Amino acid sequence: MSRLVLTDVSRRFGSVTAVDRFSLTLPPGEFVSLLGPSGCGKTTTLRMIAGFLAPSEGTIAMDGRTISSPGSTLPPEKRSMSMIFQSYAIWPNMTVAENVAFGLEVRRLGRAEIQTKVAKILDVVQMGHLAARYPQELSGGQQQRVALARAIVVQPAVLLLDEPLSNLDANLREEMRYEIRRLHDEFHITTVYVTHDQAEAMVASDRIAVMNQGRIEQVEAPRALYARPRTRFVAGFIGRTNLLDGEVRGDEVVFDRFAIARRAFAEPAALAGRVSFSLRPQSIGLHRQPPPADRASVVQGQITQRAYLGEHWDYTVRPAGSALALRVTARPHEVFEVDEKVWLELDPRQMAALEPE
Amino acid sequence: MASDRSFDRSLVVWLLLIALLLLLVVNPLARLLWASFEHPETGAFTLENYAAAYGRWRYVESLINSLVIGLAAAVVCTVFGVPMAWAVSRTDMPGKGLVWAAVLGTFIMPNYLGAVAWILMAGPNAGWLNRIYTGLTGTSAGPFNVYSMTGLVLVIACYSFPYMFVFTRSALDLISSEMEDAASTLGAGALRTTLRVTLPLALPAIMGAFIVVFLEAIALFGAPALIALPARFQVMTTTLWQMFEFPPRVQVAAAYAMPLLLITVFLFWLQYRIIARKGFVALTGKGGERRMVRLGPWRWPLLAYCLFVTSLSFFMPMLVVLQAAFARAWGRGFSWDNVTLRNLRFVLFDQTATRAATVNTFVYAAAASVIALALALAIAYIVARRLVPFGRVLTYVAMAPFVIPGIVLAIGFYAAYTTKPLLLYGTAWILILAFATRFLPIAYSNSDAALRSINPELEDAARILGAGRLLALRRVVAPLLRRGLAGAFILVFIPATRELSSAIFLYTTGTQVLSVLLFDKSDEGNFEVLSSMGLILVVVTVALVLVGFRLVGRDFLLKRTAT
Repeated sequence: MSRLVLTDVSRRFGSVTAVDRFSLTLPPGEFVSLLGPSGCGKTTTLRMIAGFLAPSEGTIAMDGRTISSPGSTLPPEKRSMSMIFQSYAIWPNMTVAENVAFGLEVRRLGRAEIQTKVAKILDVVQMGHLAARYPQELSGGQQQRVALARAIVVQPAVLLLDEPLSNLDANLREEMRYEIRRLHDEFHITTVYVTHDQAEAMVASDRIAVMNQGRIEQVEAPRALYARPRTRFVAGFIGRTNLLDGEVRGDEVVFDRFAIARRAFAEPAALAGRVSFSLRPQSIGLHRQPPPADRASVVQGQITQRAYLGEHWDYTVRPAGSALALRVTARPHEVFEVDEKVWLELDPRQMAALEPE
Repeated sequence: MASDRSFDRSLVVWLLLIALLLLLVVNPLARLLWASFEHPETGAFTLENYAAAYGRWRYVESLINSLVIGLAAAVVCTVFGVPMAWAVSRTDMPGKGLVWAAVLGTFIMPNYLGAVAWILMAGPNAGWLNRIYTGLTGTSAGPFNVYSMTGLVLVIACYSFPYMFVFTRSALDLISSEMEDAASTLGAGALRTTLRVTLPLALPAIMGAFIVVFLEAIALFGAPALIALPARFQVMTTTLWQMFEFPPRVQVAAAYAMPLLLITVFLFWLQYRIIARKGFVALTGKGGERRMVRLGPWRWPLLAYCLFVTSLSFFMPMLVVLQAAFARAWGRGFSWDNVTLRNLRFVLFDQTATRAATVNTFVYAAAASVIALALALAIAYIVARRLVPFGRVLTYVAMAPFVIPGIVLAIGFYAAYTTKPLLLYGTAWILILAFATRFLPIAYSNSDAALRSINPELEDAARILGAGRLLALRRVVAPLLRRGLAGAFILVFIPATRELSSAIFLYTTGTQVLSVLLFDKSDEGNFEVLSSMGLILVVVTVALVLVGFRLVGRDFLLKRTAT
């Protein structure tokens, strides 16, 4: 049975619709991220799952039992969930150990059992030596670990994380992404993770639900999401991309001053009328000489801008006679000068067709 | 199942608290308005009360007196407070700590004790200042007479200028030196910069304080009653009080109080608008770097001025009160054989009435503080967590007593709770609840601030881990609020111990408090006992303020929110 099922969940605040017909199903042990810009409704969705907010429409069910519906919402304390907050919400009036023990005390476990469990989980997050400290004496990363321990120790049915890393500095953030995934691999807790940082979502998640203006744009595993974005928004939000608008005319897809054979695309049958594609900057090849055009489509162009970013080159190329500005990333040894004439190699199989707006 | 869900048991608690809020704030005001249109005998609708209240020149005259005194006092406060605030905030004047302490001391002194002190200082013939004057000049009579309009204005100004000081100083503290530097680099001298840049930036705050002081002055009862009545003139508050002499004419008093209420509400609204205006934005920005204006030789005259003002408000009054409290007869002056503990012993132990009043004062104040704080905290919580629809309305209700003069509130309480079904008049509860209502805004603004300083996620974290709302409040929120609430308790307790203007209408035999007794005994002319009673209040207040310093920090009493 599915652990968590959200069915057509909507939430309105006054005249604003924060979440619009959101549906998602999580099997037990899955790690799903809600990814989107601020104001897209991801935190509202999370707070509805937690029971802090009631949905205006739709239902949320856990293990087959409806826990949220417009008329009746099970309060947060009765949902056997845990949550990690943006501020960590470590209680400053309690020590690390007391913080972690709180959920177990509420569940009326014996003192000895509580002690054992607290000690064990603190070791898991490498905080055992700081059990007697107060939160004010801890660094941000350490507070984060306490929050993780406090949430996991009660063995929740669902673990919710609300932008847990956004207050950490860059290096620590990178380290904690892997830490969160490691803990998930160890405990297999069904997890919903809210973030606006795509790298975070990609490191930790089994699937990512990209949200925009209250709606799910696309739910997919990280790799598929990157390779096959289905909407303009997803293509632009996950990584950098080039958006190409064209039109199907007979056997060709015609773009601004160049065309590609229709049969070269991954799903030629689906193409009709006006079409848009997302093409990643690293999926475009740059050449001084015309490359052999078997599958790929070759277009002549001119470099208009370039920047060296250490790990790669960032070029802007204008196809001959076109108003387009294509972004291309190239490896550090592929050096071209501004105004230099180049051959662009576009692989139609890497061009993801986008749903019409 | 259903009991598991949407129905939150704590909802009952919230609804009861909201009912109590309505009982304390809305009901008295509604009854006051109602009474002003009610025929005393028949209970029918009538405008006669207004005719009676404003049909007599005597009553209109006291209204005019109040307005004149309020305006004059506000002007004097500006002259007193603004230079001092500037000196402390922006200059390198020496002795700032002393000046600050003296302003705090002034703030702590109840206005009616200040009036008693000024009677000792500037009473015709016997007053200290007159005796010094005649002693120095050899003339037979001194020029000072506190029993006059001028005397009253001065006394009121002495005990209201701390508001002006605090408002102005907070504004000046926020003005970055960069603003002044910008003027200096354009060639303006220090004087020009101060007059053209610094003070205009603080002007909204000064105007706001002007209004607050004016309202404070016209709502005051203690000092006017002690000074105006012997001087044979009336102000609004004393007139209201006389309307309550037997048989009380509640309906006429209610009608008479309406303009006072309307003026107050309007001016507070105006003050709010002035402070909220665009000009104030400059003051709310980051302080930036601040340097002190170098005064050079002008440091000493400025310090002298600050000490002169605080001598009038604090040093001299405190000295004469101390002398009188420990004197066999205050007129016999400062000598060891005139020193006695008799007065204090009399007040604290010998006389049943004063002993009871001392106990009442602190018991009532403590009870009122607890009620006000519990209610304020609960309402602030309900509003902050949006537990009921239209929560913002509750904020306005809780803050409303701030714009209700104490004397008007007392008449409302009298009108609401002298008849069934809620007959509280004659019990201690009417005083306790009136005090709680009167200082509810202080409790509310402090509770609200304390609550806002706690991230709601701390509470959410407890709930998602399985704790119900009330358990989360007890285990997480309450421990974090403790410190902030201790400060708030003191801020409510101090004015509650000295409250006179509402107590004077609501006490009965057996429920007297020190402030009432002090006023009652003032016509006996026993200034040694009056001073002793005042001294007890001051000593307790000082002790509490010191506790407050330790708990919350040095500025907790002279913050703007404390006003």
